[in-house]
Amino acid sequence: MGLADGEYGSVMRAAPSPVLVVGSNGDVLELNEAAAALFTIGRPGLPLDDVVPSWLAQANRQNVREPVRGLIAGRDFQALAVPLGSAVAWWLFDVTDHQRTKRLLEAERERTAFLVHASTLLLSSMNLGRCMDITAQLAAEYLADAAVVILPPKLNTLTMVWHERGGRPVREVLVADPASVPGLDVALKGFPPVPSRWIDPASVAAWVIPGGFGPIGSVAVVPLPGQGVPAGALVLLRKSNRAVFSEDEEVVARLFAARAGAAIATARLYAEQASITEVLMRDLVPPRLEHAGGIEFAGGYLPSGAADRVSGDFYDLHPAGRESFLVLGDVCGKGLEAAAMTGKIRNTLHALLPLASNHQRILTMLNSALLSSRHTRFATLVLVSAVREEPRVRLRLTNAGHLPPLIVRNDGSVEEARTQGSLVGVLPEVHANTAVVHLEPGESCVLYTDGVTEARGGPLGDAFFGEARLADALTECAGIPSEAIVERVQVLATQWIGDNHHDDIAVVAITAPRHQEAR
Amino acid sequence: MTQAVATDLVDRLWSAVSSGDEYAAAGVVFGALNDGLAAEDALLDVIAPVQAKVGREWAANRISVAQEHAATAINDRVIAAMAHHQVTRVESRLGRVVVACIDGEWHALPARLLAEVLRLRGWQVEFLGAKVPAQHLIAHLHLTGPDAVALSSSIATRLPTAHATITACQAAGVPVLAGGAAFGPDGRYARLLGANAWAPDARRAADLLADGLRPAVAHQPIDDLPHLADQEYTTVARNARSLVKQTMADLTARLPAMAEYTPQQLEHTAEDIAQIVDFLATALYVDSADLFTGFLRWTADILAARGVPGRVLLPTLDVLALRLKDFTRVSRLLKEASDDLDGVL
Repeated sequence: MGLADGEYGSVMRAAPSPVLVVGSNGDVLELNEAAAALFTIGRPGLPLDDVVPSWLAQANRQNVREPVRGLIAGRDFQALAVPLGSAVAWWLFDVTDHQRTKRLLEAERERTAFLVHASTLLLSSMNLGRCMDITAQLAAEYLADAAVVILPPKLNTLTMVWHERGGRPVREVLVADPASVPGLDVALKGFPPVPSRWIDPASVAAWVIPGGFGPIGSVAVVPLPGQGVPAGALVLLRKSNRAVFSEDEEVVARLFAARAGAAIATARLYAEQASITEVLMRDLVPPRLEHAGGIEFAGGYLPSGAADRVSGDFYDLHPAGRESFLVLGDVCGKGLEAAAMTGKIRNTLHALLPLASNHQRILTMLNSALLSSRHTRFATLVLVSAVREEPRVRLRLTNAGHLPPLIVRNDGSVEEARTQGSLVGVLPEVHANTAVVHLEPGESCVLYTDGVTEARGGPLGDAFFGEARLADALTECAGIPSEAIVERVQVLATQWIGDNHHDDIAVVAITAPRHQEAR
Repeated sequence: MTQAVATDLVDRLWSAVSSGDEYAAAGVVFGALNDGLAAEDALLDVIAPVQAKVGREWAANRISVAQEHAATAINDRVIAAMAHHQVTRVESRLGRVVVACIDGEWHALPARLLAEVLRLRGWQVEFLGAKVPAQHLIAHLHLTGPDAVALSSSIATRLPTAHATITACQAAGVPVLAGGAAFGPDGRYARLLGANAWAPDARRAADLLADGLRPAVAHQPIDDLPHLADQEYTTVARNARSLVKQTMADLTARLPAMAEYTPQQLEHTAEDIAQIVDFLATALYVDSADLFTGFLRWTADILAARGVPGRVLLPTLDVLALRLKDFTRVSRLLKEASDDLDGVL
C-alpha cells in the first residue's frame, strides 16, 4: 500500500531538509516548511536572487547539477539540484557538524603524524647535540616560528640550539643568567613541575632571540622533563602576538616536550656513561706501538667479541732509556674481568721496570703479587728487553708459560726462541730462562697469543690454523716492516676464521730496521 | 704538475716503496712538497697511483702478498710522516666527518688517503681505520654526532656487511658516503644499498661532502632488496662451508687427478671454492650476475698469471649447479657465469 498522489506534496512540505522549487524564469515557485524557516523573507514569486545567498543563485543560473557548498545564516550547507520538468528542486543539507568533525579528524591526524615523526627522529639518535637540533627544528616548524633548546646551566654557562623555521640549527655556548627570562630558571631546574607559560615578550633577554628574527609577538617557556634529571627547556618564539596555545596545541606541546625531554636525558646519560667507560678503558686498551730506540715495534689486537674493546690478551711497551721493555700476555678468561686483570699486571710490570735487567726477578715479584690478590686468574706472558746495537737489535726474551716467540730470519727460516718457563699466578715459585737473540737488519721477532694458532675455520670450517701455517706465513714475511707482519698474520687468521667465533688475538712484531735514516 | 713530473715521482716512489726503504720514500714525497707540490696532489697523484700499482703487481704475480703488505706499510708511514710537513697544517673550519672501513675490510689505505684529503680541505676528520665493527661505529656516531660518515670497502664479499652498516648509520641520523671498488665501478651497489652518495675517488668524495649530503632517512634493509625474500642468499651463505665440503667431494669423484693432490694443494683448491661460494652468495645478495661473472673473469686472470688455466674453474661451477639446481636465481647465476667464462677462455 502506497501514498496517494496528493499526499506526496504534504510529505515534501514536512521534510526535515529545506527544499526550494525554482522555475525556469529564476523565480521561487515553492518553499517547504524547513526552507521557509531558513529563508524568512522567502515566498513564492520572488526572484531566487532576493531569497538565497549569491553562491546558490549562481549555481541555479549555471544549471549546476553536482552538489555545491556554501554558508547560509552562518551554517554550512550542501545543495543538490533535482530537475522537475522545466523547474528545479534545490535540496539543502546542513553539513556544519559533519564538516567540524572532519576538520577535527584532520587536525588529530596531523598531530599524530607530527608526534610519530618527532618520536622517530628523536629515537634515532643518542647524540646530545643532534637531539637538541631535532627538538629545536621540530618545535620551530610545528609549534612556533623559532625555537630555542636550552640545557640546564653548567656553572654560569648555558648550552643552547636556536632554530628558525626554514633555517639551520645554530649551536652556541654562552655565559648568561637563566633568571633573565621569566620562568626559565624554574623550567631548567626541572622541579617543581611547571606548565608551559606564556610570558611578556618585552621581558625576554636578547640572548634568547636568534639574530635577525625581528620583533617577537609572543614567547612561551616549555619545560623539557627528563627522567629524574632536568633535561632542559624549550623557548618558543612567535612573530604573531597570539600568546596562547589552543587546548589541542597545549596537549601536543606537552606530549612533544615529554618525548624531546626523554631523548635529551637519554643522550646525556649515554654520553656520561661513555665518557666514564672511556676513562676506565684507556689503560686497558693495548697501546698503539710505535718505533722506539731505533727499533720497529708494531702490535695488533682483536678482542673475541665484536662489541668488546678489551679482553684478556694484552701487550705493552715501555721505551725506557737505552733498552726498551715489551710484554705480551694472555690472562685466562675473557671479557671485562680478564681485561681488568691485564690492567693490574700491566701496572705491576710498570712499577717493576727498574728491575728490567733481570726478567726472572720481575716474574717472581709479579707472581707473588698475583698470588696475594683475591683474583684467582693466572697468566702466561713473554718479556722482551730490546736494544739497538747498530745495525743489529739485541733481544733478551723470557717466556713464562706462553707460546714460543718466533724469529723470522732474512733467509725465510723461522726459529723458535729458546726460552721456557712456568706461567704466573699459580705456583709459589716461577722459573724461566732468558734467551738472547740478535736480529740482523730486516729480521723480526713475532709474539702472538693462542687466538692465532687455535683459530678454528679454514675453507672447510673446522680446522685449526695451527703453528705450521703461522710459520709458513712468516717465512714469506722475511725482510718486511713490523706493521706489515702484524697485518699479514691478522688478515690470515681472520680470513681463516671467517664467520666463526674466535678467541682474543694479539700479535706483536719487533723488527730491526732494514734501512738507515739518511743523516 | 706536468704529466712527466708526476710519472717521474710515481716511478721514484715505487722504486723506494718496493725496496722497503721508508726513508727514501719519504724523501721523494718531501722533496716534491718542498718544490711546491700541493699536499693533496702528493696524496692522490703520487701515493695513490703507487698503491694501485702495488695491487697490479700482486695480480700479475710479480710480488707476494707479504710484499704487498710491506709496500702498503711504507706508503702508510709516508702519509704519517707528511703530517709533520708544514704544508699539511690546515685549520679545520668545516664540519666533522668520520672515515672508516667496513668490518672485515683490511685495505685501509684508500680510506686513509680520503681522510687526509678531507683534513687538508678543512674538515675535522676522525679516521677509525680498517675493519671497524658496526657496533663500534654506531657507538662512535652517537657520541660525536658527525655531519657524515664515509665508508670504504674494496672487496665485494663485504657488501652484505656494508649494507647493514649503511642502514645502521642512517638509522642513527648520519648520512653515508660510500666508496671503494666493492661498490662497483659506477657505484651501482652503493645506490642499491641505499647510500646517500657514492664517489669514484677522494677528490669527488671531498667535493660531494662540501656540497652537503642529502639527510639520512631511516629505513629497513629489506626495503632495498625485496629479492631476498626467496631465501636463496640466506641458504647459500649459511651453508657455505658444508657446500665447500660437498663440492670438494664431488670434484674428487669427477677429477681423478685430485687424488694425487698434496694436502697443501687440496687446501688451496678448497680456498678457491670457498671464495667462489662467497662471491656467489654476494651476487645473490645484490642480485647481480655481473658481480659473479666479473669475479670469475678476474680469478681466471689471476690464475693465468700463475700459470694455471682458467678452465679449472668450470668443473666447480658445474658441480655447484648440480648441488643447487633447485634454486632459481643460483642456477641462473651459475649458468650465466659458466657460459661467460667458457666464451672468454
